[in-house]
Amino acid sequence: MYFDVIFAGFGGQGVMLMGNMLSVAGMHAGKQITYMPVYGVEMRGGTANCTVVVSDRPVGSPVVHEPVCAVVMNRPSAEKFAPRVLKKGMVLVNASLVDPKYVKARTKKVIYVPCLELATEVGNPRLGNMIMLGALCQASGVLDVEQVVKALPKALDQRYHKMIPINTEALRRGGRFVAEL
Amino acid sequence: MAKRVLVKGNEAICMGALAAGCKFYFGYPITPQNDIPEYMSAHMPEVGGTFIQAESEVASINMLLGAAATGARAMTSSSSPGISLKQEGISYLCGSEVPGVVVNMSRSGPGLGGIHPSQGDYFQSTRGGGHGDYRVLVLAPSTAQENYDLTMLAFDLADKYRNPVMILGDALIGNIKEPVELKPYRRKIKPKDWALTGAHRRPRRIVKSLFLADGELTDHNWRLYKKYQRMAKETRFENYRADDAKLVLVAFGSVGRILKTSVDMLREKGLAVGLLRPITVYPFPHQAVQEAAERTGHLMVVELNTGQMVEDVRLAVEGRAPVDFYGRPPGSIPTPNELAKEVAKVWRKRGLQ
Repeated sequence: MYFDVIFAGFGGQGVMLMGNMLSVAGMHAGKQITYMPVYGVEMRGGTANCTVVVSDRPVGSPVVHEPVCAVVMNRPSAEKFAPRVLKKGMVLVNASLVDPKYVKARTKKVIYVPCLELATEVGNPRLGNMIMLGALCQASGVLDVEQVVKALPKALDQRYHKMIPINTEALRRGGRFVAEL
Repeated sequence: MAKRVLVKGNEAICMGALAAGCKFYFGYPITPQNDIPEYMSAHMPEVGGTFIQAESEVASINMLLGAAATGARAMTSSSSPGISLKQEGISYLCGSEVPGVVVNMSRSGPGLGGIHPSQGDYFQSTRGGGHGDYRVLVLAPSTAQENYDLTMLAFDLADKYRNPVMILGDALIGNIKEPVELKPYRRKIKPKDWALTGAHRRPRRIVKSLFLADGELTDHNWRLYKKYQRMAKETRFENYRADDAKLVLVAFGSVGRILKTSVDMLREKGLAVGLLRPITVYPFPHQAVQEAAERTGHLMVVELNTGQMVEDVRLAVEGRAPVDFYGRPPGSIPTPNELAKEVAKVWRKRGLQ
């Protein structure tokens, strides 16, 4: 088994947390993992992306040229990463912010997830990243949504543990959205 | 099995250091190694150790000299411009034969450069870097696990040879997160019969690098030279699919691991390429490179600079085989596909099949 994904968006959208969460959950599922962050010197407002490789074998390159999957949370990320996704891969687009006309991909498998709307429905508009991570798991099968849910206490700092129930709900909502497509 | 945790490369270094009994850390902030002082400031007190954010890099390397002279295991870390500032202290550590671990999570230069990964500090690390005729053992990890394992080894080698040991990583090796198996440190730390512990009921000891008496410095330098010769047996490297290869690549650290994926890609297309990845860049694995040159007649070096380690490879090969080179200055990280293309070019140019 081999899977890689680039998560990209604005700093503050929780792009790095998505990558981290997938990595922690993958490790606990017994996989080999490499997580590589790339960001500017800004804390918020700049662009950020990270690459996660999940594999049964030791990971060679942490750098991926043509990813199996890209998760794009804003327009600059969509323009930069969607065209690089493999023809047999998939792109997940944050439909709340990205107009489909900016998404040009070789793959036919482009999934639009209304992250903001679904997160608001769950009860907190800031959980768009968790909606998306749930959608990614469901769409790609890299991990089960429940495996990520199980890893939440390990991936989140103690002081955020009161947020676990709502994060769980957001992950499941994202997964359900894709399952019902 | 030991506990597995997902940690940053920089944190893995700290965990290895603390497991190996490091009790003193001195540092000064610089990107991309700030996780090291951050981690040490939080965890050093838990083991009864001392963390000091010094007023400068020069101060921190001299604090290392002082702490290590008392026999304690001590470490400092920085990144390229900061490591340049530490060179005087590293020379003094070598001259006075005081062990210590110096971590360089290198960035790009020259000058203030930038925070991109780079392997531009290869010369500085392996050629001494400061003044005088000295050598530093240099370990070049390529995974978070190696960061952990090699940091423990670095403390052992430093004590064994009474010499500073450098860990040469880069922004990529410091910032990636990977699962690390926290293997316990089981080796016994031997008491140091040279350390300055207070001359109570024993003859005094002197740790110094100044030798003014007639012939004293000559003898001292010859003794150091013999020690550096003995270090050759610490040579370590990884052989990745190189045994039956017709073209052998040589690369270290971050580029070394990216190339492993390139090797796999090329193997799938039927190109018999393999990789030698030096884990110690000083001492350099001369013999392994020489044997690969004799066996295949075809070598290629890849670096994240415009050509430094390639000189060591050419020295090892001594003209037995031509050595091709692909280098890239800092600013972007080469992807496995890009490197595979460069390797394939060399493969075709040499008419290999």
